[in-house]
Amino acid sequence: MSYEVKLDIFEGPLDLLLYLIRKNELDIYNIPMALVTEQYLAHLEMMKALNLDMAGEYLVLAATLIHIKSKLLLPVEEGQGEGEEEADPRAELVRQLLEYQAFKEVALNLDKRKLLDRDVFKRIQPVEEVPEEPEDPMVEVSLFELIEAFKQVVERMDKEELLEIDTERISLSDRINEILEELSQQKSLSFTDMLKTSRTRKSIVYTLLAILELMKMRVVRAFQADPFGPIRIFPAVEESSDG
Amino acid sequence: MDDLRAVVEALVFASEIPLSVERLKDVLAEPDRKAILEILQDIELEYRQRNGGLCLMEVAGGYQFRTKTDYAPWIKKLRGIRPVPLSPAAMETLSVVAYRQPVTRQEIEKIRGVDVSGSLKGLLEKKLTRIVGRKNVPGKPIMYGTTKRFLEVFDLKDLSELPTLREITEMEE
Repeated sequence: MSYEVKLDIFEGPLDLLLYLIRKNELDIYNIPMALVTEQYLAHLEMMKALNLDMAGEYLVLAATLIHIKSKLLLPVEEGQGEGEEEADPRAELVRQLLEYQAFKEVALNLDKRKLLDRDVFKRIQPVEEVPEEPEDPMVEVSLFELIEAFKQVVERMDKEELLEIDTERISLSDRINEILEELSQQKSLSFTDMLKTSRTRKSIVYTLLAILELMKMRVVRAFQADPFGPIRIFPAVEESSDG
Repeated sequence: MDDLRAVVEALVFASEIPLSVERLKDVLAEPDRKAILEILQDIELEYRQRNGGLCLMEVAGGYQFRTKTDYAPWIKKLRGIRPVPLSPAAMETLSVVAYRQPVTRQEIEKIRGVDVSGSLKGLLEKKLTRIVGRKNVPGKPIMYGTTKRFLEVFDLKDLSELPTLREITEMEE
C-alpha cells in the first residue's frame, strides 16, 4: 500500500491527526484507528527521512494511537456495563481533537479581523531619537553574581528601615509586569537601581524574584561590562522568536 | 450640539490611545453619557458615508480613527514596512490564552499538544499577553492573560466580543 504523504509543516501532532481525518473524510467520533495510526506513522517516517525537526510530542501521540488501537483489539469485558460510550478508548482523544480544532478555528478567525498595522492603521506617535551610547563589551552575568550584588544592596540598606512593618501588599506578577513595562521604555535597567527603588526588604526580595523569574523565562538577560561593574538587565530580544 | 460634535472629533483625533466615553465625559465636562455616545455614533456614520480614507472604530474600550482596510497597501508603502504576521503557532497559543485566561503554560500545552514556551515568549514581548498571577497549585505556575493591546490590535471592543467557541461549549453541556 502506498500513501500520498503531505509534508506541510503541521502545527503539532494533533494538527497532523486532524489533517489525516479530514483527508480521509473520516468521522471524528468514529475514527478507524488502524488506518489513522498507519498513516500517522508513515508521516513520521517521512519527516524523519527528510530530517525535519520532529518534536517528541509527535512520538507521544504515536504511542497513544498504538495504545488505543491495541485496546480496541481486546475483547470487551462483559459485566462492566457502564455503557459503551464511556468505555470507548478513543473518547479522550476525540475530546482533545475537538477542543484543538475549535481553537484552530478561532485562530483563523482572529487572523481575519482588521488587524492594526496590517489592515488598518492609526496615527503614529513620533519616537524620540535616543542617541546611541558607545557600547562596552558586555558579559552575561551568572546567578551567583546576581546574588552577590543583591547581598551588597541589602547590606547597604539602613538597618532601621529593615524593621519597618510592611503593610503594602505586593504580588510577584505585578512586579514582573512593572519590570517589563520599565524595560520597554528604557531599554536596560541597572540591577542595583532596581533594588534600591524598593523600600522594604520584602519588596527587594520580590524584585529579585521577579528578575530571576524573567531570566528563567528567557525574557530578560543580565549583563556586566567589567568584573564587579554594575549589572544591567536587558530584554532578551530575538526578532524571529515566534515559534 | 454641532459644536460639541466638532470637539469630540478633534479629541478622538488628538488622543494617543482609543478614547473612552468616560474620558470624553471628563474632558468635556458633559455628564450625559448617552449624548456623547450618540455623537460618536453620528461621527462614525458620517465617516462611513463619506468616501474618505478614515473610519471611526470602537476598540479596546474606546474610539479611534483608523484608516480603511482598502488603503493598507499605500500606508505600508509610505511607512516602508512589511508587517511581520504572527505565525499560526503564535495565533493558536494566543487564541487559547484569550479564551481560557487566566491560563498556565501547561494548560495551553495540553490543548495544543506542543511545547508553547517559544510562542508564549513572543506574545509576551509583543505585549499581546501578560502575566496575570500564579495558580494556587503545586509549583505555583504563572498564569497568562491578554492585554489591552491585544484588543487594540485585533479590533475588539472587549473580550466579550470574541466569538463563542461552538464545539467546546456544546461538549461541556
